[in-house]
Amino acid sequence: MSNSQIASKAPKQARQLHFHILRFDPHLKGDKPRIETFIIEESPGMTLFIALNDIRRNHDASLKFDFVCRAGICGSCAMVINGKPGLACHTLTATLDTDISLAPLPVFELIGDLSVYTGNWMRGLNERLEAWIHQQEEHDFNRLEEPMEPDLADEIYELDRCIECGCCIAGCGTIQMREEFVGAVGLNKIARYQIDPRDKRSDADYYELIGDEDGVFSCMTLLGCEDVCPKNLPLQSRIAYLRRKMLQIGLTSVQDNCLCVSTPT
Amino acid sequence: MKIIYTDVLVIGGGLAGLRVATGVKARGHDVTVLSLVPPKRSHSAAAQGGMQASLANSAMGAGDNEDIHFADTIKGSDWGADQIVARMFVNTAPKAIRELAAWGVPWSRVQRGDHQAIINTKKVTIHERDDAHGLINARDFGGTKKWRTCFTSDGTGHSMLYAMDNKAHEQKIDVQERMEALALIHDISSKNEHRCYGAVVRNLMTGELLAYVAKATTIATGGYGRIFSVSTNAIICEGIGQAIALETGVATLGNMEAIQFHPTAIVPVGILATEGCRGDGGVLRDVDGYRFMPDYEPEKKDLASRDVVSRRMTEHIRKGKGVASRYGDHLWLDITLLGRDHIEKNLREVNDICHNFLGIDPAKDWIPVRPTQHYSMGGIRTKYTGESSTLKGLYSCGEAACWDLHGFNRLGGNSVSETVVAGMLVAEYIADFCDAVHSTVDINSDVVEHFIKCEQGKLDTLLTYENGEDAYELREAMETIMMEKVGIFRNGKDLEIAVKELQKLLKRSKQISVKRSKSKAANPALENAYRTQKMIKIALTAAYGALLRTESRGAHSREDYPERNDKEWLKRTIMQWSKVEEDLPQVSYEKIDINSMELPPGFRGYGKDMTISHPTSAIRQQAVDQAREKNSIIGDRFSLQEMLMPYKHLLPAKYRTKNERLDEGFSNE
Repeated sequence: MSNSQIASKAPKQARQLHFHILRFDPHLKGDKPRIETFIIEESPGMTLFIALNDIRRNHDASLKFDFVCRAGICGSCAMVINGKPGLACHTLTATLDTDISLAPLPVFELIGDLSVYTGNWMRGLNERLEAWIHQQEEHDFNRLEEPMEPDLADEIYELDRCIECGCCIAGCGTIQMREEFVGAVGLNKIARYQIDPRDKRSDADYYELIGDEDGVFSCMTLLGCEDVCPKNLPLQSRIAYLRRKMLQIGLTSVQDNCLCVSTPT
Repeated sequence: MKIIYTDVLVIGGGLAGLRVATGVKARGHDVTVLSLVPPKRSHSAAAQGGMQASLANSAMGAGDNEDIHFADTIKGSDWGADQIVARMFVNTAPKAIRELAAWGVPWSRVQRGDHQAIINTKKVTIHERDDAHGLINARDFGGTKKWRTCFTSDGTGHSMLYAMDNKAHEQKIDVQERMEALALIHDISSKNEHRCYGAVVRNLMTGELLAYVAKATTIATGGYGRIFSVSTNAIICEGIGQAIALETGVATLGNMEAIQFHPTAIVPVGILATEGCRGDGGVLRDVDGYRFMPDYEPEKKDLASRDVVSRRMTEHIRKGKGVASRYGDHLWLDITLLGRDHIEKNLREVNDICHNFLGIDPAKDWIPVRPTQHYSMGGIRTKYTGESSTLKGLYSCGEAACWDLHGFNRLGGNSVSETVVAGMLVAEYIADFCDAVHSTVDINSDVVEHFIKCEQGKLDTLLTYENGEDAYELREAMETIMMEKVGIFRNGKDLEIAVKELQKLLKRSKQISVKRSKSKAANPALENAYRTQKMIKIALTAAYGALLRTESRGAHSREDYPERNDKEWLKRTIMQWSKVEEDLPQVSYEKIDINSMELPPGFRGYGKDMTISHPTSAIRQQAVDQAREKNSIIGDRFSLQEMLMPYKHLLPAKYRTKNERLDEGFSNE
């Protein structure tokens, strides 16, 4: 280890970064979408969080963007960075070319510039999929908790790590054609509750939620979601798993229906 | 003008605010939650290491109970905490964690049989009993006698917040996002007392001002870490909740000088590396690679209380043992000894943060760290019910409040625990209040309109004032003053300068012009302007409180007064800003009564005992010892506790029951 560890991340001579930012304020009458370019000097360890604040502080105080944790934890700052959805806060400028293009996430309602309204979209999704534990009876919290297999708890946590940043939605081909598609974020939620023994819903219940053309059967398996997920969630394998499960349910119910029709009563 | 009526208004959509909302809703009251951001993005999500609750499931937690959690918390607070509140807290924490388990948090679970752990840099084998298999696991944290911190990897706050927000969706709780409270609506009520009636709120997307009128208003907006230039806090932790309470001129703030510095934030960006790193066996090293903490604290070593470790690190850097870098000196956090598997499973966020922000692999490389502002023990002073001591109908809980669970130093793992526990309890007290006839809203709409007009006037002035001050400049100046003069080690000379300079900034902040961005709708420059005005006031309360407190207690450490002075300073700093034109708040003190303490003041066990004792402490200790002796013949730990400091009658009835543990059967009495 050496004390130059951090310092060595700095390039020898500071680069001039050209930020090309898609600007538009839908609340401002007559405002039109346009690209504006800002030039700033790169500093060592600079992230897009630092760069955008620099632009707001020194160039344009009206520039709108969202950051909260600035540590890659909360999912606020997803935007399209050089054409690819990602979290701005943990993107180091050193990993990018000197020309950097930034645009707001598509699909979500635009608040202004790089700021989008993911909150209402995600809440709508949550309500639609009833993304909470469905229990039959209340647990007495004075008593010992229900035991759970340690490996299963870890498996649930693996899927529980989604931060609802919206990158998978922005990177999804299907949603461009089907507005109502639940997306990888939605399917991952179902996958999470499906393996959780505390949730008493059956596979047939989940089929009701995602067993249609806006659910798991709509996914074209382009897997842009998996490519852009900043949390590296196993979206590909979970979607495949769910599709198999839901197909089983679908086929069973089709057979049942056929029996109903063909059996004389 | 838009006026919206509800029973309970909750300002802040983090763990504390959401738990209050679910609690009052379950009791049948209407509730609206206002949040700056989607609730799942609140700063609660950044809590990494875990939540303390004395479940005693794991082998290293065996024998743990409320008594030990209580003693750890009081010692950690350097006897500044309210012991009644701490008792209420430790009894409710196991219930809170079990409730969250039922709501979906995938707590890490105990695996029966042998497993390896690193303790004091040595590999040890720990055996977990069969009947603990599958129960909630715990890890070690600083300043605790037992392994008590329950966790989901190092994303504990995230999992808790998601489970809580999902519960709020299930309950159809009304959450209004991107809404910011600018002022509390308050008046003298028909019963001739100061009463809070809701808030004037700004829609951050459209700029519209509206009023929410409610029977009870709860501030759960978190801490005020962002008055410092470097903080582990999310950028929304700006102390606006405390500021709007202060600006009523009626509500009081408590112990604003009590500010915690976390030992291990990464350099230079100040992002947290959880205490779980050291809890799981990581150690601190200096420029020579030498593990220095055992020299300073032979017993607790790297896992001494946070305030202690932060001071020892600063001392060590001052001795020239820091690692020089372009961002100033730092030390190393070494978790390489834990091994890659452990890091990738239980310290995932830290692993990600190291790769993304530092470009290092923590399984191979040491992490550059430095003590950094982390937590606000001070806040809106409340009674044990969460209600403001001086403004009826105003409640506060979580980090926003000075309830006062943490005194002058909070234990790691007690913050998320407090958010949920306080949310559970305060929800019941609020619901009781709303059930009572006297809580009826008796305010005229012209008073409400007056408050809206007043706020609109302030915003208009900011936007139209010509050639005034630049808010960004004032804010940077404030942050620098706090960093340099109100930090880990404080002294009278620097604090005096800090207060004077902040007073000047306060004056200048009255003449801010919003420059280069004049929109009345979403406008970051306008938001920065009005927040800066409020933040300078909060900074002043912290700096002024620190200047006046001529002793060292917990995280408040005065080089010119190194002793903890129980004789003169066993009291809370209380601030109120009733005269708007003055450039300092009014200060009073609230005595902490030794005679009613279950755990009288003593030595915390770190370094040399520097306490100036209060004569009553020894007398009370004697009484406690006698009671203990008497109780040992016929009683148990519960009867002793009841004898020393009865508190259960203050808890909401549903939370008075004892907690079941593997070795402590269930008895419902």
